[in-house]
Amino acid sequence: MATVNTAWDHRSSNIIKTWLIMLFFSIFVVAVVYIFARGFGYSETGALGLVGFALIMAGIMNFVSYFFSDKIVLGLSGAKPIKKEDNPTLYRTVENLCIAAGLPVPKIYIMNEEAPNAFATGRDPKHAAIAFTKGILQRLDKLELEGVTAHELSHVGNRDTLVMAVVSVLVGMIAILSDIFMRSLWFGGNNRDIWGGVYMILAIVAAILAPIAAMLIQMAVSRRRELLADASGVLLTRYPRGLALALQKISSSHSQMKAAHTGTAHLFIINPLKGKSAGQWLVGLFNPPIEVRIKALQEMEGKV
Amino acid sequence: MLTIYIIIGALVLVVIWLLATYNGLITLRNRVKEAWSQIDVQLKRRSSLIPNLIEAVKGYVKHEKGVLTEVTKARTALMDAKTPHEAAKADNMLTGALKSLFAVAESYPNLKASENFKHLQEELSDTETKVAAARQFYNTNVLDLNNSLETIPSAWVGSTFGFIKEEFFKVTEEEKKDIKVEF
Repeated sequence: MATVNTAWDHRSSNIIKTWLIMLFFSIFVVAVVYIFARGFGYSETGALGLVGFALIMAGIMNFVSYFFSDKIVLGLSGAKPIKKEDNPTLYRTVENLCIAAGLPVPKIYIMNEEAPNAFATGRDPKHAAIAFTKGILQRLDKLELEGVTAHELSHVGNRDTLVMAVVSVLVGMIAILSDIFMRSLWFGGNNRDIWGGVYMILAIVAAILAPIAAMLIQMAVSRRRELLADASGVLLTRYPRGLALALQKISSSHSQMKAAHTGTAHLFIINPLKGKSAGQWLVGLFNPPIEVRIKALQEMEGKV
Repeated sequence: MLTIYIIIGALVLVVIWLLATYNGLITLRNRVKEAWSQIDVQLKRRSSLIPNLIEAVKGYVKHEKGVLTEVTKARTALMDAKTPHEAAKADNMLTGALKSLFAVAESYPNLKASENFKHLQEELSDTETKVAAARQFYNTNVLDLNNSLETIPSAWVGSTFGFIKEEFFKVTEEEKKDIKVEF
């Protein structure tokens, strides 16, 4: 076994772990759905219909946010598009890393914020957008900015908007099913045998715990994708130190983001709600702790 | 009867696997070609800047004509390059020659102050980064293809259908040393 510490190893280990989580999630979803179906006392076709309904509802709810991800997020964060003439250095940094990643150049946005931060979004590389705050452009040197840009472009290249949309649909489906089940309890049930009663209790427990568990799995996926973007980014710049220094700088900044929003916070390279509200710890769960990321980057140093 | 079905099923699976592997290899090979054309675009861009640079510098640099000849020579070699290795070597040569040219330019304040020269210098250093980036993308794709052609079982499909490994865009350490920076 090779030692697991080059950027390549970090990358493949995070890809494999994403798939393992997804596999586990699929089994979890099937199990929860089965328990609900039995709890309802439905026949197989009836249960299937209910699951189909929940899946379609969750799909519709998430499709809009997936398909218009760039427009929604950019609108919420108040980012303004820039052209090459506005900031040639930034434009070239993005353009050159795109050549290395084999991606089309995304639309580049700047947010009028003092707090240093950045994010990327868009349903596919052709509709991708990457946004920087004014603060990050002022504070980072060229190599650090390259590290951050490579991280964001890796989110685009790894199709993370799609990955998270798929996870959100499943989480949404579980939430809808739990909700329907809890409401249906008010109306009493069909005739049940003893097994029906057991499943009834299991289903009540599932209705309470499953949505929480689904959220936790979503966070695990999100964290994996962050670490994956770090590793893929390093493979583009071949300079782990740049991103590590940038993360340190960004996380030690005390400025707060005005346009920080609980709905979009998980997209940013560093949690923008730091010290701001109860949302802080919530988003902290979506992004891996900064020390973990820096330690992983330090491991890659000199091995790319 | 059952054995026949199992054999047919196994054969179908083998054929599906064969098709998928073959198509995968074709995709990887096409990606290498596409990545190569990206390097080519950047190299062309770089060599097309050279005549302008020579034009801008010519009037100032009187005593160090040798530097200019070196740059022109490297450019010709770059334009004549056929294989990735030749191109990499010529590109490396050009980088070295440009380095000496810019070093010489340091001693001509008027030249250094010229807007046109500054602009060209900036453009050239940017294309250099772009060549490096395109090279990196190309090498990543070559790595993917070569990995598939060396690992079993896709290596079997590769050798059956005559796929060949591609060469990386790089120069050896010795060739790097060949570049003399003359003043």
